[in-house]
Amino acid sequence: MTNDSSLSTIVVVRNPQGLHARPADMLVRLANQFDSTIKIGKGSEHVDCKSILSLLTLGAAAGTELSISAFGSDADAAIQAIVELFEAGFHEMNDDEE
Amino acid sequence: MKFADFINTKAIRADLKAVTKEEVIQELVESLLESGQIEADQKDDIIAAIMKREELGSTGIGRGVAVPHTKHPSVQKLVGTVGVSSEGVDFDSLDGERVQLFFLLISPPERPGDHLRALENISRQLRDENFCRFLKQSKTPADISQLLQEADDNQFVSG
Repeated sequence: MTNDSSLSTIVVVRNPQGLHARPADMLVRLANQFDSTIKIGKGSEHVDCKSILSLLTLGAAAGTELSISAFGSDADAAIQAIVELFEAGFHEMNDDEE
Repeated sequence: MKFADFINTKAIRADLKAVTKEEVIQELVESLLESGQIEADQKDDIIAAIMKREELGSTGIGRGVAVPHTKHPSVQKLVGTVGVSSEGVDFDSLDGERVQLFFLLISPPERPGDHLRALENISRQLRDENFCRFLKQSKTPADISQLLQEADDNQFVSG
């Protein structure tokens, strides 16, 4: 018996610098803590949330809406954790970082 | 955004001498100075800023690729260069692999969008294995320059 579930939601890039290298790295590290397959994207383009190279191809600037989907035994927890990271603006809501 | 919009052809380095992370960054920033993209009195500050960014987490994003970068108020527009190391350099990459391809970027602080679009272009092109492999095999700046041009002409990937 497996308890795989499939979930999806929409998040918004909140930090002023957008989804640049460091937030992408944070997102990959977080996604890798879950067994579920996690996809992220906009429009018809969806990429692997566990690959930094793929995440950077999104070029997601501040204000961009992205859809996230997860499939697997821990899909629920994965989506929740990722939403929290986006809500927190990748902990760089002040524009003077980096 | 295309490579031609932010990579200065004269600053491209095909045969990096550097064997450490700091040397790579110095060599590539030096190339931007020699090609007139940055001011001489800003060089050390730019190198320090890029190293400081690396301390927050390596920009070695995997597949033998790194994108060392910083924002810096001394540049008026996004400037960048490409360096290739035949031996590869230990860059504390996220996947632990040595890095052979370097895309160094310096952007004005008030233009985060340009930086994102440059990263988008670099990562899209590098998803193509041929482009990645040909770049790593490049022996001269002219070879690299031609590959970037071909990528700009969509000969590797669409979009």
